[in-house]
Amino acid sequence: MSNITNEGLILACSTIGAGLAMIAGIGPGIGQGIAAGQGAAAVGRNPGAKGDIMSTMLLGQAVAETTGLYGLVVALLLMYGNPMLAKFLKL
Amino acid sequence: MGYGMMPMLLAADKEVDFSIHHLIGYQFMGQTVYITTSHVCMILIMATIMIFAVVARRKIMHAEEVPTGLQNVVEFAVETLEGFVNSSMGKNGRKYICYVGTLFLYILLSNISGLFGLRPPTADYGTTFSLALITFVMIQYNNLKYNKIGAFTGLFQPIWFLFPINLIGEIATPVSMSLRLFGNVMAGTVMMALYYGLLPLFAKIGIPAFLHVYFDLFSGAIQAYVFSMLTMVFITDKIGEA
Repeated sequence: MSNITNEGLILACSTIGAGLAMIAGIGPGIGQGIAAGQGAAAVGRNPGAKGDIMSTMLLGQAVAETTGLYGLVVALLLMYGNPMLAKFLKL
Repeated sequence: MGYGMMPMLLAADKEVDFSIHHLIGYQFMGQTVYITTSHVCMILIMATIMIFAVVARRKIMHAEEVPTGLQNVVEFAVETLEGFVNSSMGKNGRKYICYVGTLFLYILLSNISGLFGLRPPTADYGTTFSLALITFVMIQYNNLKYNKIGAFTGLFQPIWFLFPINLIGEIATPVSMSLRLFGNVMAGTVMMALYYGLLPLFAKIGIPAFLHVYFDLFSGAIQAYVFSMLTMVFITDKIGEA
């Protein structure tokens, strides 16, 4: 254990943190699935309104996706921007 | 110390490449500012749109009674955009066709520029945040124009101590819009770079075509649609019944 450098530890923990941040992808997955299922059911009940249902569904899915994308942004920052390492190296 | 240069993706530090590259640096107010790949791709996209616009204008100036060829394409595009704006903004749509159409065309071309080997400019947070700021200014302008003093008192509705939450809600609009576009396009760019960078040669023949169709064409078109749609929804929301 003694031959782990500080930088190495920070990099390893950042990578694990990036992986944990992507757990945020679960929520949008469930939400978008529900939206798509309800959209399909709505088209089944009323095929004439397909265009309106489609645009409403896409808009809702895009908004539901936002939280997952916040997770993605955090993960990308941890992997490639790495604020923790910068903070450590500037100390 | 350039911590961005550190090898953080162990398997392929050299092959996997989706970062923004600095091309030319110059001094601006005591800081070094760079012309990056985003700028170059943006200029290429702008040139494409401008050339298309000039050609289309020449064609429409000498329009024929029965449209053929390019005239068909231009009329179809304009009618589609008009229908798109009018269907979601109603009677207020007329004024915003130009803005929303420009936004849609630019974001669409930016997103699918990954197909042509460019790095999409929308995978740069600077670009998407600027676009979202323009939209934010339009939203707040319409808020002031149509609600007048209500733009400020509306922040204290339904009760005064909700003011901070309402304020955050207003400010979160450009942040969430820009992050949504950036995150989607960036995810596509990262996936394509990983696919091209990490797999052996035989896996790169034929199969990436399907990935390009999903990540560049489908996802790009959806995100362009969503961004312009949200712009229209927020503006219509502020205009209200006035």
